Amino acid sequence: MSSLYTEIIQDAYRHPRHRGAVARPTHSHEDENPLCGDTLRIQLRVENGSIAEARFDGRGCAISQAAAELLLDRIEHQPADLVHRLTRDDVLEELGIPSISPARLKCALLSLEVLRRALPDPV
Amino acid sequence: MTTTIDHQTLDVPALRADFPLLRRTMHGKPLVYLDSAATSQKPRQVLDALHDYYATANANVHRGVYELAEEATAAYEGARAAAAAFLGATPEETIFTRNATEGINLVAYTWGRSAIRRGDLIAVTPLEHHSNLVPWQILAAEVGAELAYLDLHADGSLDLDSLDRILANGRVKLVASTYISNVLGTIAPVKEIARRAHAHGVTVLIDAAQAAPHLPVDVRDLNVDFLVFTAHKMLGPMGIGVLYGRRTLLEAMPPFLGGGEMIRHVGAQRSTWNDLPWKFEAGTPSVGDAVGLHAAIDYLGWIGMESIAAHDRQLASYAAARLGEIPGVTVYGPEERGAVAAFSVEDIHAHDLASLLDEQGIAVRAGHHCAQPLHDLLGVPATTRASFYLYNDERDVDQLIDGIDQGRRVLGP
Repeated sequence: MSSLYTEIIQDAYRHPRHRGAVARPTHSHEDENPLCGDTLRIQLRVENGSIAEARFDGRGCAISQAAAELLLDRIEHQPADLVHRLTRDDVLEELGIPSISPARLKCALLSLEVLRRALPDPV
Repeated sequence: MTTTIDHQTLDVPALRADFPLLRRTMHGKPLVYLDSAATSQKPRQVLDALHDYYATANANVHRGVYELAEEATAAYEGARAAAAAFLGATPEETIFTRNATEGINLVAYTWGRSAIRRGDLIAVTPLEHHSNLVPWQILAAEVGAELAYLDLHADGSLDLDSLDRILANGRVKLVASTYISNVLGTIAPVKEIARRAHAHGVTVLIDAAQAAPHLPVDVRDLNVDFLVFTAHKMLGPMGIGVLYGRRTLLEAMPPFLGGGEMIRHVGAQRSTWNDLPWKFEAGTPSVGDAVGLHAAIDYLGWIGMESIAAHDRQLASYAAARLGEIPGVTVYGPEERGAVAAFSVEDIHAHDLASLLDEQGIAVRAGHHCAQPLHDLLGVPATTRASFYLYNDERDVDQLIDGIDQGRRVLGP
């Protein structure tokens, strides 16, 4: 039986490389998943229209934490306007799962929402 | 259903055969249903009663002159008589509602609006489900009253000294308490709460949503003023519940919803109200669901509430003990508990654990269980809860324990 908790998710959850804080962030946002009260903060340093550094922090389930790790890995060192082109399917693709139950989709998409709010306008 | 089971231990495999849904598989594995505190599964006796009512006796109740309407009315009022007997009340004091929440709202909107004034206190416990908090918060905001919270001991049992302190200031008009906590399983000493409240002339409302399925409940013995429960947590259908109210209080209360059935006479400008209990039952009631509740009460009576109570308590204690043996697991609630065990597993989020268990066919609930103030007090945003009923046995608990072990292998330390 296929599990939601793929190798990709387990690895991203156990060994995040983007957890922490950005020293001098140009953009920052913190939000809450109303379903479970978990919080997530994302900080960015944008230089010349490019995301030089991206970090997340917070407490949450493996799905939300792994999604944050994989999402920040995807956008770091990329043009900032990539953030506004990313979709829900991109997040699921990063997580390596074809589908997720509606109850857990919010967990998977929390980081994308926080990221979009951290970077509200095209840079 | 003519014989009585008088032994203390339930024949769980035989009972399970009555529950069609428990034959289902989930993700290719046999379903292990551990969420009866949210809603119970239904035996075929209840499903058959619902079907038979609609197939053979359906008509709108009361005022029908034809035979079929009289049969439907007899079925509906027969269900009321059964619910009244189940609580040790009279049919006049037994009001059908949609669920326990509606019963509490009925009291808040009628009795509450006339009895509770600016500066009054409504005493509640930190154990309450949102259904026994939010209606009082709405009322308190409307009239300028306040909620006062009892304290809990460290193990999650109620500190009755704190009740005395709150009652002593003389501003309390109502004590609204759960009978059994849906998270900690704490069993409130309801009779003692009522005794102390009444000594101060204070009215008592009990939310028995988690108690009626698991314990014998006798409103005269408990000596409470209002008590609510819901059918769907005790083998009955969703959509019907019961409010018990002390007769003198119900008679003095204004109606809740206006409409058909609750009136005696309707004039162009004013109306007069029907007798109890119909004064509080506006509109066509859920007759089929009342019939389903009747079948559920018969089923529970056939097994015996004392036997069910002993079985459920034993199973919950077994679960709490086995959970407590797992490294990194915290079990919440007192030793003496109702049929629930809420717990957390170190380094595994409650929602991850519920998803991992679901993948193994085990249905538990994760979250704040509609008791956010209690979780604030526990200092955790969410817990995982396993809850039990007469169709569960120790094998279900053992599978839960194995499931948690497997989950820890995936996400644990």
